[in-house]
Amino acid sequence: MIRDITLGQYYQADSVIHRLDPRVKLMATLVYIVSLFLTENFIAYGIAALFLIVMIVLSKVPFRFMIRGMKPILFLMLLTVLINLFTATGEKLVSFWVFTITVEGVKRAALMVFRLSFLVIGSSIMTLTTTPNHLTDGLEKGLGFLRVIRVPVHEIAMMMSIALRFIPILMEETDKIMKAQIARGADFESGNLFKRAKSMVPLLVPLFVSAFRRANDLAMAMEARCYRGGKGRTKMKPLHYKGRDWLAYLILALYLAGIIMIKIYLKWALI
Amino acid sequence: MSIVKTDKLSFDYIRRDEEGNVEGITRAVNDVSIDIKQGDFIAILGHNGSGKSTLAKHMNAILYPTEGTIWVDGKDTADDDNLWEIRQSAGMVFQNPDNQIIGQVVEEDVGFGPENMGVPTKEIWERVEESLKAVGMYEFRLMSPNKLSGGQKQRVSIAGVIAMHPKCIILDEPTAMLDPNGRAEVIRAVRALNAVENITVILITHYMEEVIHADKIFVMDKGSIEMEGTPVEIFSRVEQLQQLRLDVPQVTLLAHELRKAGLAIPTGILTAQELKEALCQLF
Repeated sequence: MIRDITLGQYYQADSVIHRLDPRVKLMATLVYIVSLFLTENFIAYGIAALFLIVMIVLSKVPFRFMIRGMKPILFLMLLTVLINLFTATGEKLVSFWVFTITVEGVKRAALMVFRLSFLVIGSSIMTLTTTPNHLTDGLEKGLGFLRVIRVPVHEIAMMMSIALRFIPILMEETDKIMKAQIARGADFESGNLFKRAKSMVPLLVPLFVSAFRRANDLAMAMEARCYRGGKGRTKMKPLHYKGRDWLAYLILALYLAGIIMIKIYLKWALI
Repeated sequence: MSIVKTDKLSFDYIRRDEEGNVEGITRAVNDVSIDIKQGDFIAILGHNGSGKSTLAKHMNAILYPTEGTIWVDGKDTADDDNLWEIRQSAGMVFQNPDNQIIGQVVEEDVGFGPENMGVPTKEIWERVEESLKAVGMYEFRLMSPNKLSGGQKQRVSIAGVIAMHPKCIILDEPTAMLDPNGRAEVIRAVRALNAVENITVILITHYMEEVIHADKIFVMDKGSIEMEGTPVEIFSRVEQLQQLRLDVPQVTLLAHELRKAGLAIPTGILTAQELKEALCQLF
């Protein structure tokens, strides 16, 4: 049944990483990505790899789930490797016809592979261990300071969570409309791309009409239940930092400090 | 004490064309004066387009009267300062169960109303637990609403309203999209609330079977109140109900036909049990 689909790629498990406050995880992902772009030092990359491996083990999520996230960027990775391999200038390694591979090129290509795969695996640890719901809560609270510059943080978070709730419902509806149109002779399968896109019109129009009707009903139901924006609202499940969250922040700070120190003092280890 | 009171309430739907000029005016509610007492189970009957939903929306300050006044719990809905108090004291359950559930987990949806009211976290949990228990949905609290049946979803919606501790709950055709089992579930939950918690219930419906236990029934047609009285009084007037294009419960209809055929059966029979007793007395 379509309604059973899980959104995002949350993997249910009971681990320290799962239990962390979503704000910590968001921050950690951000810091990790920054750390990858901060340096080209291979000792730093070794530490980044170690950090990642520890996180993977702690999260109790099977490694193949993280590899899955790599598929879409495989082509991008290949392209980067090839460009780096053949365009870098430096000490000649091998050359044939018009192509020259330099030691520099090999190093740069290796760096790009590590950087991209760490990036993808690092961010998928976050999405695999945090439910979309938690993520929204974390964003709302974590970005709460943006309210000062009039960013409607609560409203954006509310829209996200409503969208998450209605995606399965609208998908089921799409399925229903599609079947109804097929029963009346609509053809969604044949023809070229242009023709197929055009045949989506009788599907999209009723879907949009119904989505607007739902939105109208929902808005009325929310108002009837005293919804008036984020002001004066309490939370049923408020986010509170616990001891482990502060510990995680500390580890994160140490990690970042370590990377920066290596960048400053161990210049000889440049890739 | 009256919880909802209207005085010569009228409401016009104004249709406008694309430039915003008035194209036509439809009077949806016409000169309605009713008085609903705290703790009563009230039913409002009427076929499609009789204005019953429009009237209901006035009780929650979603619509405001064109003419006349409506007081909810003694407060005039036309006064914007009363808006949130009115919406808190008169909760509303709508027809489509999918379009009124906001949370992605049952318990979160029930907590939505109290969250909006600014109830402290600890009390929200207490309210959620007690409301889910009141409608018999406590064991489903951690499920996604998408996995529930229609009747269960509607019970969650009712729990969401009860969690706001209203004095009165208005149900706008809550069973119209449900199968017979779901309908029975919802009506049972609503009756229990009325009997146990003493919450005023205003049930808007076009299913006659659901209203036979009401304390008072209003029948609407073309925006006006056509009939008013207890179920026995209302269902004694079978011909008038049929004129208003409303179905009469089968048992009542059977009793009516038997009486027309010459049997001495009293008017206002609502249940099979009553009919059985009346027939037994004849022979």
